[in-house]
Amino acid sequence: MPKLQVPDQDPRTPGLSLTIQADPVSVRGALKRLLSSPPLSDLAGTDRGLAEVVLAEVLNNVAEHAYGGTGGRVEVRLMKEHGLLRCLVVDEGRPMPGGQMPTGRLPGGPDLALDDLPEGGFGWHLIRSLSMDLTYARVDGKNRLSFALVATGESLGTLSPHDRSSGFGSG
Amino acid sequence: MQLQTQTRPKVISVVVMEDRIDAATAIQFKEKMRDVTRDGPARVVLDMARVQFLDSSGLGAIVAVKKLLGPDRVLELSGLTPTVEKVFRLTRMDSVFTIHPSLEVAVAQAASA
Repeated sequence: MPKLQVPDQDPRTPGLSLTIQADPVSVRGALKRLLSSPPLSDLAGTDRGLAEVVLAEVLNNVAEHAYGGTGGRVEVRLMKEHGLLRCLVVDEGRPMPGGQMPTGRLPGGPDLALDDLPEGGFGWHLIRSLSMDLTYARVDGKNRLSFALVATGESLGTLSPHDRSSGFGSG
Repeated sequence: MQLQTQTRPKVISVVVMEDRIDAATAIQFKEKMRDVTRDGPARVVLDMARVQFLDSSGLGAIVAVKKLLGPDRVLELSGLTPTVEKVFRLTRMDSVFTIHPSLEVAVAQAASA
C-alpha cells in the first residue's frame, strides 16, 4: 500500500509526499492519487494535464532505467510555491549514465522515411520542454531529480521570475 | 484496453474507449491495433476523443502502429484532447500524422476522397 502523507504545513502551500514501487502500473495508480489531491488537484486543467505528463515520464524513467524494470522504491514530493509546483523525485536505483541527465534531443529529423520514425526517445524531450529548474544530483547512493512546473490555478497569483528559490532542502 | 472498430467502405475507424494510453498499456494498445487493422481499407482513423492522457510510451505505440500498417496504408488521428494535442506538438509528431478535429470530419473526408 503506497504511503500518502500530507505534511503539516501552511495551507497556502500544501505539500504532498508519496512513496511507491517503480513499475508502470504503480506509477499509473500514483498519478491518479497525486492528481486527485492538493496541490495538483488545485491546478488549472491544462497545467494539471501537463504536470501529469512530466511526472509520468520521470517516474517511468526511474522504473525503466534506474531500476531496469526490476522494481524499487521511488519517492515523490510536491510543494506549491509562488505559482510553481516544486517537485522532487528520489530513488535508490542506478545513477544516470555519466552522472548527467539525457539531453532530450528529439530523435530523427524532418521528412523521415516511415521505417525511420522514432518509437521512443520522446520522454526527456517532454520533461525538458515542460519543466523549469531541472536539477539532478546523486547523493548518498540516491538519485535526486528536482524540477518546477507551472501551477496556475483559479486562486493563485502569477509567476514572478525573480522569486523562484527552491523550497526543498538537501535532506 | 478496449477499442471500438467500425469498417466502412473506404476507412476503418478505431475509437479508443479508454481515458489513457500510457506505459502500463502501450504494448497492449499496439497489439490490439495490429489485430483490428489486420484487414480492411487502406485508411485507418484512430479516434482519441476519450483519451485524456498520453505519455511517451503511448506516443511511441501510435507511431509503431503507423509503421506496422506499412507504406500502402495510412493512419490518421482524430479528436485529440488538449493535453494529448500538446504532446504531439512538442514532439513534432503532429507533422507526421494527419490530424482531424473529429471522427465525423475524418470519415466524411475519407468518403469523399
